[in-house]
Amino acid sequence: MLGYLLKRLIQMTLVLWVVSVIVFIMMSFTGDPVFMVVPIDATDLEIEQARRLLGLDQSVLVQYWKFMTSLLHGDFGRSYVFRQPAMTLILERLPATVEMVVVAMVLAVAVAIPLGVYAGANPNGRISRTIMAGSLMGISLPGFWVGMVLIYLFAVTWGIFPSSGRGDTAEVLGLRISLVTRDGWHHIALPAITLSLGTMAILLRMTRAGMMEVSRQDFMKFARAKGATRRDVLYKHGLKNALIPVITIFGLQLGDLIAFATITETIFSWPGMGKLLIDSIYRADRPVIVVYLMLVALIFVVINFLVDIVYTLIDPRITLK
Amino acid sequence: MENSEHIPLLEVRDLHTYFHTFSGTVKAVNGVSFEIGKGEVMGLVGESGGGKSVVGFSILGLIDSPGKIESGELLLEGQDLVTAGEDRLREIRGREISMVFQDPMTSLNPLHTVGRQMDEVLRLHSDLGAEARQTTCIEMLESVGISRAAERLKAYPHQFSGGMRQRVVIAIAMLARPKLIIADEPTTALDVTIQSQILKLMRAQIADKGASMILITHDLAVVSEMADHITVLYCGNVVERGQTRDLIENPSHPYTRGLIDSIPDTTQRLDRLSQIPGSVPDIRNLPQGCNFRERCPRAQAICAQKEPSLTPQHKSLMAACHFPLKPGEAA
Repeated sequence: MLGYLLKRLIQMTLVLWVVSVIVFIMMSFTGDPVFMVVPIDATDLEIEQARRLLGLDQSVLVQYWKFMTSLLHGDFGRSYVFRQPAMTLILERLPATVEMVVVAMVLAVAVAIPLGVYAGANPNGRISRTIMAGSLMGISLPGFWVGMVLIYLFAVTWGIFPSSGRGDTAEVLGLRISLVTRDGWHHIALPAITLSLGTMAILLRMTRAGMMEVSRQDFMKFARAKGATRRDVLYKHGLKNALIPVITIFGLQLGDLIAFATITETIFSWPGMGKLLIDSIYRADRPVIVVYLMLVALIFVVINFLVDIVYTLIDPRITLK
Repeated sequence: MENSEHIPLLEVRDLHTYFHTFSGTVKAVNGVSFEIGKGEVMGLVGESGGGKSVVGFSILGLIDSPGKIESGELLLEGQDLVTAGEDRLREIRGREISMVFQDPMTSLNPLHTVGRQMDEVLRLHSDLGAEARQTTCIEMLESVGISRAAERLKAYPHQFSGGMRQRVVIAIAMLARPKLIIADEPTTALDVTIQSQILKLMRAQIADKGASMILITHDLAVVSEMADHITVLYCGNVVERGQTRDLIENPSHPYTRGLIDSIPDTTQRLDRLSQIPGSVPDIRNLPQGCNFRERCPRAQAICAQKEPSLTPQHKSLMAACHFPLKPGEAA
């Protein structure tokens, strides 16, 4: 186990390093950040000064070296635009994104698993066909369209939910959380639903496919021959055996939503880190983009690691090596 | 009580189980009748696709769509299982009738410990507390020949060999002391060396608990050692049945004769093994008359027109044949 952890840690460091290199190289090809910082009527001299100030007068290699050495000292660089540490900027916005994603994922699982099990156990029923048609819509309808329709219906037409922004927050363990206030829930409902639909549909289809596969197995019939109830056969014997691919997709979707909830956050003016990423890209705010993408890579690596651990909890035949 | 021997434990009357598929109706079981008394072992024999397993699943009410029991009665001590509701059937499954499957590699849930899978039966079918259930499981495992049973309860199926898993399956089937065990090819997937061990174990278990057994198999050699009487199926119909000894020594149906002749005889050296010519006809499109006539050496014109019905033959035998074999006669 210790050896496994060490191996994963080394892997993780390697992934993060590779990501930093790729991002750094890509960044150096795109735009000149200096013009985003200086006033529009700046003289050549002022531009040169700004360039030196930002360290952009040096070669990419030197820039990268400086970035890495300060990174190892715990300094992730400063935003060109906000003049603040890039990490602070991102971490400030992380809770807003994470809470929206958590609500979305819980919603997705709560709907997808029971419906997927049902559709997998009764593949030819009319209800199952309706569920599957619905899931096809969930996959194919783009998030921005769903978000706008929801705003039009629930915010504009019926006035049930607010159309944008984050509601009241309260401090919990040093984090500003909106899930503890009524107003917070009121605001998070629409963006979370919008964000969850795609994942919900994918998880539902994975669950159904897994259940259809498992239903053919002898042990399902053997469980019935023991006299187990249909519910126990489906959930205790069936679902657990169908879960591995579902959890794999769950992990990938979780990372994806945290990292790139950008569109939903933009539509609902949700002050999360996805919006920060988009803004930073517009402004060529390189330090923020680099740190953001490295953080995303870290999130993916950690989630994958957790998913691997969950595998071993589900299936005794899988061991960590 | 004095005439309890005359009430069969299970009586199957004119069972029809059909599968309605896109490519036509498969009459997997088409008018099967037999009965099995308390403590008896009945062999249900036939080739693959003969409808043997479907009979077993029909008895337990485990026929899934598109399959359906079309007609017939399944009387368990006089109570009809066909018309019994799902709730009643669930009480019966595992408690009164249990089943042993062909492949022990796939009939246990790979993600649950052996102990949990055994415990499930007792939780469903007994009022025992957790400790008593565990004790019962340990005793049961030991009685099927698994040592260090308390420890093994915590193990997962993949940590057992095939033969050991089948022992576990048998232990699960016997746990609630059912009156009838349906064993569907219980040794087919096992090594030859393990087969006789498992058969001996099953025979000892049912004798010990006073249970009856339906042994479904294609292997007449196995069934002749185990069964009190035998029912031979062909294309979903009973073609012959009778006491094991009578049927093995002097079968009256040419199909049974063919099955027996297909068993390699080690006392005689032959260049070729005997076999039944041809193969089982497409069950969606059965020929008129006798289903076996196209493979039968004795077939005549009438066999193509009229389906033979079960009629008494010599000794205990009943056979569905226009030209049954007499004792000692070759096919």
